[in-house]
Amino acid sequence: MATRNIMIVGVGGQGTLLTSRILGGLAIEAGYDVKLSEVHGMAQRGGSVVTFVRYGENVYEPIVEEGQADVIIAFEKLEALRYAHFLKKDGALVINDWRIDPMPVVIGAAEYPENIIENLKEKYNVYSVNATEEAKKLGNSRVFNLIVLGVAAQHMDFSVEQWHKVIERTVPPKTVEINKNAFDVGYQLVTE
Amino acid sequence: MAKTKKVIMLGNEAIARGAFEAGVKVSAAYPGTPSTEISEYLVQYKDSLYCEWSPNEKVAAEVALGASIAGSRAMACMKHVGFNVAADPAYSISYIGVNGGLVFMVADDPGLYSSQNEQDTRMVARAAKLPVLEPSDSAEAKEYTKLAFEISEKFDRPVVLRITTRLAHSQGIVELCEPCANQDKPYVKNIGKNVMMPNNAKPRHAVIEQKNAELALAANTMDINRVEMADTSIGVITSGIPYQYVKEALPNASVLKLGMVNPLPKELICDFASKVDRLYIIEELDPVIEEQVKAWGIEAVGKELFTVLGEYSANMIKAAILGEKADFAQPAQAPGRPPILCPGCPHRSVYHTLKKLGLHAAGDIGCYTLGAVAPLSVVDTTVCMGSSISSLHGMEKAKGKDFIKNWVAVIGDSTFMHTGVNSLINMVYNNASGTVIIMDNSTTGMTGHQDHAATGKTLMGDAAYAIDIPTLCRAIGVKNVISVNAFDLELLEKTIKEEQQKDEVSVIITKTPCVLLTKGRKPFCVVDTEKCKGCGLCLKPGCPAITKQADGKVMIDDTMCTGCGLCAKLCKSGAIRLVKEG
Repeated sequence: MATRNIMIVGVGGQGTLLTSRILGGLAIEAGYDVKLSEVHGMAQRGGSVVTFVRYGENVYEPIVEEGQADVIIAFEKLEALRYAHFLKKDGALVINDWRIDPMPVVIGAAEYPENIIENLKEKYNVYSVNATEEAKKLGNSRVFNLIVLGVAAQHMDFSVEQWHKVIERTVPPKTVEINKNAFDVGYQLVTE
Repeated sequence: MAKTKKVIMLGNEAIARGAFEAGVKVSAAYPGTPSTEISEYLVQYKDSLYCEWSPNEKVAAEVALGASIAGSRAMACMKHVGFNVAADPAYSISYIGVNGGLVFMVADDPGLYSSQNEQDTRMVARAAKLPVLEPSDSAEAKEYTKLAFEISEKFDRPVVLRITTRLAHSQGIVELCEPCANQDKPYVKNIGKNVMMPNNAKPRHAVIEQKNAELALAANTMDINRVEMADTSIGVITSGIPYQYVKEALPNASVLKLGMVNPLPKELICDFASKVDRLYIIEELDPVIEEQVKAWGIEAVGKELFTVLGEYSANMIKAAILGEKADFAQPAQAPGRPPILCPGCPHRSVYHTLKKLGLHAAGDIGCYTLGAVAPLSVVDTTVCMGSSISSLHGMEKAKGKDFIKNWVAVIGDSTFMHTGVNSLINMVYNNASGTVIIMDNSTTGMTGHQDHAATGKTLMGDAAYAIDIPTLCRAIGVKNVISVNAFDLELLEKTIKEEQQKDEVSVIITKTPCVLLTKGRKPFCVVDTEKCKGCGLCLKPGCPAITKQADGKVMIDDTMCTGCGLCAKLCKSGAIRLVKEG
């Protein structure tokens, strides 16, 4: 199997690290060689955060480069736009339809781009979800990242059972049920 | 030793595991991205080793030195700039050598993810005449850590284990082994070796040159210096993380992978060079391998093609050597998203007040360096740990008391305990008049909440005496020591104004815990859109949870807001209300 390249992008504090660790755990469970790259330290403080997950027979570099990602999971629209060019031709771009203004926009030094998702759809295979709204329906707006991951899972080759098992092992014990439910919502959601 | 289990581990976690398997007895560190997690992972082995947060890297290196002299395997962990702080002991420990194996784990940060410079530890280690091992993934990180202790004891050299951010913070598969049996040695009194005064150090210098020469010779046949012979038209000498990029970019090339980058295996390199048509040297940051290889008269291409800046990648190597440009869509124009202070951060309140008063801040190393970022833009200088206080003092001595009436020094509690206190002693001693604000958030924040000498808890989770910062300041002779809650805007403003007018040193401690220290659902603020006049006052401190809507009124993101109430205090229309749900 050719090495699979997954990217998770978002804003520091949105749970990109947890999501990449779920993915990494899944791939190792399936018997692959796995490498993950994470971001810690200052960059995490509300900045643009990107983590990489690669799995396959034999993985060398721990990063995904431009034009190589099979799937990009974006927890925020502007971050989807920033990293979309990392996508392979016919790769899947899964976007949480959610806006967090970066400081240059907040202070009026820059404009938040209009119609990001519509514009990205012209160039890429985009699957968007308002996961934050969906998560509110579940009673916890913070599990939005598992919903986005569920949507992304539609474009990856692991079974629901495999996903559930690794979620059980990775998230805090008290939150296993809600996280599994959130994943299921995303996994069953029809997106376009 | 039977191999037991395969697991996925962060590079830093693998180093901790390697230290445990090597039988490390003592580890000391000061937190610094990207090295911090090593100590945090070491704690899980606390039944068989001791580990601590030391106040700074110099102390940590000396703690490790003591453990080594006593006869135990010891380690000190730090980031590259921390190794500068530890340079004083490191250069002379190099002359002493070891009793129990001694390793300095130093993490560089090419690409500056969380650092103030991009220095190359291999250069520092060469200057200190210390051997350097460099792993290229988590599995090697564990094995090289163990090997570092073996080399240290075999050649009587302290060894530097050098990693970079990409290794520290990437995960890969590691096979766990059983820890080795007790490695402790008896203490041996040896004044000639362990007392570095001129008459002893002079012969020791000759000894360590000889030891390093022996190590250089042994390097030619070490397994970690590995030739992977393939197509001989292209040969690459590389090490560390760049090895992975080389394998990805040039799967058919011949590769000499160096696991030890100081001293270099001259014979092995000359032999490899003679077998390939064109030799490339691919190393991030400085041309450390390249300059030595070229000095031996070997023809090679290195920094002619590759930058000394930032991180490398497979695409970069393909483009430089094969002329193959990667095929991908044009990146979109997107406004940047620089890191910022978190919603609810007490530093924001302090900076908002400083900005209101039109003051400049001499800054320091921590989250609060972000006070330099718009819209706050209050921090004028940031250099290194502790420098805020001493540089403010230098300004006063250059331009006089009146000049620094518009200035304060700002420093965090952990950084103050690291080296800031020395600088404060200097201010008192040399009759300074400046104002120092210790932004005490009860933790080492930037690196992810580590304890320190003023928090009352050790790395291993034991209760400890919490050094009282106000008492410490008074004890060294500061007469004006005032504690204020960072969110008490009126009192904070009044206090700063008063202390600025005094002709002696003042310390204001804004003691308010880091908002991330408490978990769980927090209260949040909501905007009454009827009352909001869209004046923008609440936007001034630059809280990321507040955004301006198309109609000019503001909206607060309740998933981000932590209910610090700063915006509500600033609002003159009473439009922001705190909801205590949590």
